[in-house]
Amino acid sequence: MEREDVKSIIESLLFVADGPQTLQRFVEVLDGVDKETIQAVLQELQSECDAERRGVRLVEVAGGFQLRTAKNNADWVKKFLGGRPPRMGKATLETLAIIAYRQPITRAEVEAIRGVDVDGVIATLLERNLIRAVARKDVPGRPFLYGTTPEFLQLFNLKDLTHLPTLKEIDEISLPEIPGDLISLDQLEEK
Amino acid sequence: MSTQVQLQIFEGPLDLLLHLIKKNEVSITDIPIATITEQYLATLELLEILSLDSAGEFLVMASTLVHIKSRMLLPAGADEPDEDEGVDPREELVRRLLEYQRYKDAAGQLEQREILSRDVFARPATPTEAVGPRGFRELSVFELLGALKQVIDRLPKDTFHDVTLEKITVREKMTLLLDRLRQQGSVLFEALFAEVTSRMEVVVTFLAMLELVKVRAILIVQQEMAGPIMIEAAAGMDDAAANAIIDQDTEDLGDDKGEQHGA
Repeated sequence: MEREDVKSIIESLLFVADGPQTLQRFVEVLDGVDKETIQAVLQELQSECDAERRGVRLVEVAGGFQLRTAKNNADWVKKFLGGRPPRMGKATLETLAIIAYRQPITRAEVEAIRGVDVDGVIATLLERNLIRAVARKDVPGRPFLYGTTPEFLQLFNLKDLTHLPTLKEIDEISLPEIPGDLISLDQLEEK
Repeated sequence: MSTQVQLQIFEGPLDLLLHLIKKNEVSITDIPIATITEQYLATLELLEILSLDSAGEFLVMASTLVHIKSRMLLPAGADEPDEDEGVDPREELVRRLLEYQRYKDAAGQLEQREILSRDVFARPATPTEAVGPRGFRELSVFELLGALKQVIDRLPKDTFHDVTLEKITVREKMTLLLDRLRQQGSVLFEALFAEVTSRMEVVVTFLAMLELVKVRAILIVQQEMAGPIMIEAAAGMDDAAANAIIDQDTEDLGDDKGEQHGA
C-alpha cells in the first residue's frame, strides 16, 4: 500500500470515528501497515491541518487521535449548531480540579479542601461521566474513591493525566515551621 | 461599613475569605483577623437574610474566625500553655486557604483550556447504540441467556429418562460449529438448536459457543434490539486457525464430556 493511500485511509477513518481512536486501533484496521508508518502519517496529517489552517485539526486527546474543529471557528460552529453548550459552574470546576489532581480521593477529602458540601456536585459529575468510583478507601465506612474518566480528558482536551496544567506552588509563602501541635480546625468544627 | 458583595459568586467560606483578603489587599500569611472577621460576619448577615442553604458552612467558619481572634488577643501561652506556645493560631486556616487557592487556580486553568463543545467541536457520537464492525450491535450475556431460555422452553416437554446418554463433548460441538460456519458463513442462533432434542445437548452446544466466543473464534451479533441473533466466524478464521483453537482449548477442557464441564 502506498503511503499516500495509508494517509487517505486514516483521514477517512478519523472522519467517521466516534471519539478519539488509539494508534493501536489504526494498526489493527490497517493490517499489514507497520505502526511506525501509521504514527508518522498521523503526525503528518496533524501538521498539515495546522499549517494549512484547516477547519479541522487532528488532536491527541484521551490517549487517542481525534478530528476537532479549529478553535478560531468556535463562534461560527456554535451559531451553526444552535443551542448552548452545557455550562460548567465554578463549584463543578473546582470539585473536578480537586479530583483530577488528587485522585483517587473520597468525597469527604474533597469537602475538606473546598470547605463545602459536594454531594450534589459529585452526583452531577458522575452523571456526566466525568468522574467514576475507582475503589473504596480502607477506612471506616469504606467510602468510594473517585477518579477522572476518559471523558474528562476529552472535555478538557488533555492527552492524558500527566498533561494536566501544573499546580501552582503557593507553598513559598507558607508560615515558618514552628514546633508544637497545630490547632486543628477539624476538631474545632466537631464541637 | 457597608459590605456589598454578590453572594452567589462565593463557593463557600474559604472562597469568601479569599475574596476578603484580596479586597483588603492583605497578605494571606498575615491576615488582620479582627478586620477580616468583622467583614466576614457582615457578609454572613446578608447570607442569613437570603437564607442560603450553605449558610451552615459559613457559620462554622465564623466560629473558627472568632475563636482565632480571641486566641490572638490573649498573651502567648496564656491558655493551654503547653500545646500552643509559639504557634500562630491562624496557621491552620492559612494552610487551608492556600490549599484551596491552589485548586481554585487549577480550576481556572482547566476552564481556559480548549473545552470540547465550547471552543472546539468533534463529530457528535452516533446517536444509535454502540455498533461493532459492519453495523452490528453487541449483545449482552443476558440477551444471550434469554435466547437460550427460549430454546430450552421449546424442547419437548415429555420427560422420558433416556439412559443412553449421547456422548457429545464440548470439543466436538466446537468443531461441528466451526465446520458449519465455514460452510454457511453465518448461522442463526435458533438454527444451532434446531435438531437438538435433549437439554444436555442444548447446554453442550451453548457451552461450545461460549468457548468459541471466549477465544474470539466466532462472533455473536444482532442487528437490532430483540432481533435475530446471528453466529458467525470471526474474520481471518481459516481452517488452520480454527483447529489451533480447538486443540489449544482441549488442553483446558481435557477429555471431559461436555456434561461434566460446568464452566
